Amino acid sequence: MTSNSAAAAQYGGRQQSPIQRVQHLLHSYPFLSPAILLIITMAAFTALNSRFALPANLSSLMEQAAIVALLGVGQTLIILTAGIDLSCGAIAILSMMLMGTLASTNGVPGPLAIILGILFGVAAGFVNGLLITRLNLPPFIVTLGTLSVFTAVALLYSGGSSIQGSKMPDIMTALGNSFPVGSFRISYGVIVVVLTYIVVGFVLSQTAWGRHVYAVGDDAESARLSGVPSKRILISVYTVAGLIYGITAWVLIGRSGAATPNAIPQGNLESITAVVIGGTSLFGGRGRLVGTLLGALIVWSFSRGLSLAGVDQQWRLFAIGVLVIVAVSIDQWIRKVKA
Amino acid sequence: MSPAKLSLSVDAIPQEKRAIYDKEPILAARDLRINFGRVVGLDGVNLDLYAGEVLAVIGDNGAGKSTLIKCLTGAYQHDSGQLYLNGQEVSFKRPQDAREAGIETVYQQLAVIPALDIASNLYLAREERRAGPLGSVLRMLDKKGMAKRAGAAVQELGIQTIQNMGQAVETLSGGQRQAVAVARAAAFGSKVVVLDEPTAALGVKESGMVLNMIKQLRDNGLGVILISHNMPHVWEAADRIHIQRLGGCAGVITPTSHDMGEGVAIMTGAKKLVQDAPA
Repeated sequence: MTSNSAAAAQYGGRQQSPIQRVQHLLHSYPFLSPAILLIITMAAFTALNSRFALPANLSSLMEQAAIVALLGVGQTLIILTAGIDLSCGAIAILSMMLMGTLASTNGVPGPLAIILGILFGVAAGFVNGLLITRLNLPPFIVTLGTLSVFTAVALLYSGGSSIQGSKMPDIMTALGNSFPVGSFRISYGVIVVVLTYIVVGFVLSQTAWGRHVYAVGDDAESARLSGVPSKRILISVYTVAGLIYGITAWVLIGRSGAATPNAIPQGNLESITAVVIGGTSLFGGRGRLVGTLLGALIVWSFSRGLSLAGVDQQWRLFAIGVLVIVAVSIDQWIRKVKA
Repeated sequence: MSPAKLSLSVDAIPQEKRAIYDKEPILAARDLRINFGRVVGLDGVNLDLYAGEVLAVIGDNGAGKSTLIKCLTGAYQHDSGQLYLNGQEVSFKRPQDAREAGIETVYQQLAVIPALDIASNLYLAREERRAGPLGSVLRMLDKKGMAKRAGAAVQELGIQTIQNMGQAVETLSGGQRQAVAVARAAAFGSKVVVLDEPTAALGVKESGMVLNMIKQLRDNGLGVILISHNMPHVWEAADRIHIQRLGGCAGVITPTSHDMGEGVAIMTGAKKLVQDAPA
């Protein structure tokens, strides 16, 4: 026994090159690379313009990142199952227009309008999940279709025009209100985002459902043979994502002070970008939710940092594009890790 | 109702092992038949598995080995015939039914999740929650407890190359992954463990380790069914050998009653087994 464990220890401790050690470390802690990247990004932009580190700037950075970060929670769940959701922004927009119209035009009480809007998000996610599992369609195709459908319905339903926050009950825009914390200002919307991360992060890492999400994403057939109800897990993941998009709609009304059909034109793709930069693998089964939060902060750090540095905004798009490709390349490399 | 007795020749069984054959078979199949369209899958197969023995199932490709195993473990539903577990007639509609009845299967494709660690794989779809409100309200997993019991299960099988239950399965070698799959079956199979080609993808040393695990399961009192193409492995590990041929059973031999050449000859039809064939 002792000789065996000594042999095992020797086997495990066989010399690794520094690069291999880095690969191992990133493999064991998938959120390490976005965390390092965020620190570098923020340090670099602070060096370029010291105003970047001011509490006022960081506060508005948080506000801007909040929407993508929240959509990213649903997107992370779906990408962990090796799926993708192109319709997340569209679901949030339609939920938002529904909430706004119900509360203003139809005179539905605020809390009820919010609940109905969120329930619509849940139903939309459930439909995505149903189409993917029952008709065996690829998630990319299903959500590409529902992206167009929900976008069209939102525009038709709203007539393409916004509903001002002043026409809605106060509770609809309440999440846009903020309070001071030291020299920072934090909105209730940001609190909702943080709470969502804590709850979903807990469920993913501490419950059987979370394990099953990873298992289905990593190897759906093996998971099924092991007794994981793969289809039920997939449907529940898309439904929970829909719930989160519905909550996003509420936060979005608070942030925009209105229900606008073009509030987040880039929401679908930016949420995927945040997930990927956050170290979650597009091939499923690998990643940490907190990475997505870091990813959203990185995306918006670039945006604000470049504008503070006086650089043309188009470079932001350029930089994000490069980041996505680098992030996926790093993921591919990490996946090749050997014992 | 108990199944009708199959004739059993214990002459070739070592004296000290004969006792296990006095008991009722833990798993018995009578006259199993299944057709796939016009193709006959199983043509009235009888099988007895006793607790504490390794029953190997050998046969040529297409002889019905996998079909037989799939009927025994709930993956297929036979058209006619009966299954008995501990003398009680049972019917498995899904693999989960068989698993709940205490029959674990190690599939050829292993069914382990590479990204999850060893303990998570052992407990996949059977996770245990913490005691008290943390488990019942917050549904928190008992990670420490599962890792501890997983470690004990792996230790029990004498696998010393796996030390850390928190290690991801993808970092393991083929033999170690096989060991994880067998350990899972061993930890949860309370009555029967079925292994489909467990040594097919393994090197000599790793095969030896898996064969030892199989013997360990048997010595723990489980009934073990081993499907293999590798005759030396079968003759090393099996107590009895069920030869499947053309959808039926061509006979049951033991490693001492017949040598490998004779076994293969019966399997391919070059030789007929002349003993008291089951009626």
